[in-house]
Amino acid sequence: MSSTDTSPAPNPAPNPAPAAPATTDDLGAGLDALDAVVLQRVPLSETLRKKVLPPVLAVVLVLGAWQLAFDLKLTDSYKLPSPAMVWQSLVDLWQAGTLFSIIWTSLWRGVSGFAAAVVIGTPIGLLVARVKPVRTAIGPILSGLQSLPSVAWVPAAVIWLGINDQMMFAVILLGAVPSIANGLVAGIDQVPPLFLRAGRTMGATGFAGARHVLLPAALPGYLAGLKQGWAFAWRSLMAAELVASSPDLGLGLGRYLENQREQNDMPGVLLGIVIILFVGIAIDLLVFSPIERRVLRSRGLLAGSR
Amino acid sequence: MSQVLTTISENAPRVEAPDGPPAIRISHVHKSFGRPGAANHVIDDICLDVAPGEFVTLLGASGCGKSTLLNLVAGLDKPTAGTIEVPGARPALMFQEHALFPWLTAGKNIELALRLAGVARAERRAEAERLLDLVRLGGAYGKRVHELSGGMRQRVALARSLAQGSNVLLMDEPFAALDAITRDVLHDEITRIWAERKLTVLFVTHNVREAVRLAQRVVLLSSRPGRVAREWQIDLPQPRRIESAGVAELSIEITEELRGEIRRHVQH
Repeated sequence: MSSTDTSPAPNPAPNPAPAAPATTDDLGAGLDALDAVVLQRVPLSETLRKKVLPPVLAVVLVLGAWQLAFDLKLTDSYKLPSPAMVWQSLVDLWQAGTLFSIIWTSLWRGVSGFAAAVVIGTPIGLLVARVKPVRTAIGPILSGLQSLPSVAWVPAAVIWLGINDQMMFAVILLGAVPSIANGLVAGIDQVPPLFLRAGRTMGATGFAGARHVLLPAALPGYLAGLKQGWAFAWRSLMAAELVASSPDLGLGLGRYLENQREQNDMPGVLLGIVIILFVGIAIDLLVFSPIERRVLRSRGLLAGSR
Repeated sequence: MSQVLTTISENAPRVEAPDGPPAIRISHVHKSFGRPGAANHVIDDICLDVAPGEFVTLLGASGCGKSTLLNLVAGLDKPTAGTIEVPGARPALMFQEHALFPWLTAGKNIELALRLAGVARAERRAEAERLLDLVRLGGAYGKRVHELSGGMRQRVALARSLAQGSNVLLMDEPFAALDAITRDVLHDEITRIWAERKLTVLFVTHNVREAVRLAQRVVLLSSRPGRVAREWQIDLPQPRRIESAGVAELSIEITEELRGEIRRHVQH
């Protein structure tokens, strides 16, 4: 923005003559040109080099160290198989045709449980954020629940509901609902009071105020809560699948992990861990991160990428 | 330049607007916060009429309750005693911070105000474009708030205030956070738009020159509690320049008066 042909008003110096509107026109336009924030898109090659390369390198390094530890026989090979052996487990699972059904069983449980948690957690969050007595009554419990490992609910859920999908959903809800509700509460608490005042002077009160001002302003906090809620839902589900064993239940990732342990199949166990991690990361990268980035970027809240 | 010296007791029911009732009538307004007592008494028996189409600046040091008074006129808060009448639509209020919503574009911010004012969906877009043209931001409809400079944000905020459909515009130090060059430009803009749209403006500031540059009438408030201390009618022709001799001369006089008000608070 340093082109010389658009130099602002030639003489803004105090002339004895009163300012004619025409010169302020130019002056204003010149100021706008000087002050405007210039947004630039980062080229793809730079994104690849700066954002993709480092994590790939890190994974390669870890794999290399792992292979090295295996080659040096740091411990018995049944305790530490090589990366290639884990890969072979994956290929076996693929060829047996069960790989995707195992992932799908868990993913379906996780996603539908999470959806239910959103439906339940959102109104709870709204109530806690906006109704003083409700906040005093259950606010501290709600944030306290976040530090309770949801696996602690599994025995209770088994007794209440038996070993079935309902039990899994109950554990997911108990894990994810507090995060989602707390995220919304935090989002609403962080809404600048100025926005609410501005909204009220425009006539946005009551329901219109919530819809046009409060909720959009709280969206970044709510999204952070959803993201954490998904992480908690996924963890809770894995804990429930690990602990609960029944032939009536479909084979999910947690159960697969436990089965391989019972067979002393260390490559299978490691494979299970890797897939669980992979699914968790994939959902975050493919679903939550893009939404979050979009919301933050549109508000100018994303550092370094404007 | 003529000066009208007023004291509060003698001018309670005034008849100064020849063309009908005032656009803003503030009658014997008191405001206290929390427990009653001198320390919490922010506004003390303020009476002020603003005629339709008049540009009035409220001037005062901190603690004079000028922002509180503006909030009362805007209906964001209720006076402890006294009445405030603003006939017509809810007055628009502009803040020192632009208060634009960052999740909406400049144009959509204005359209939200239009929507809340009951403007039909089909007309909103064109009206928003017209208002952006008015504040000389014709191309900014799709711009995000963070893409605009400070001066541009305040102009969008002005357009959004105008979108509320009220002829009464309340401004709470709207240019205080801007650099001096941008502020000068916006002084010209608000003067032009005030004349074009025949607005009634009540403008709060602690900047004496700004008050004299803009207003037809400057109202000086005393501090703790806020009272109307003195008024000046300003007959300098518009557009004025903030560095002109007439503005400077009157500014010196008003500043002396303002300093006198502040000195009264020296603890002995």
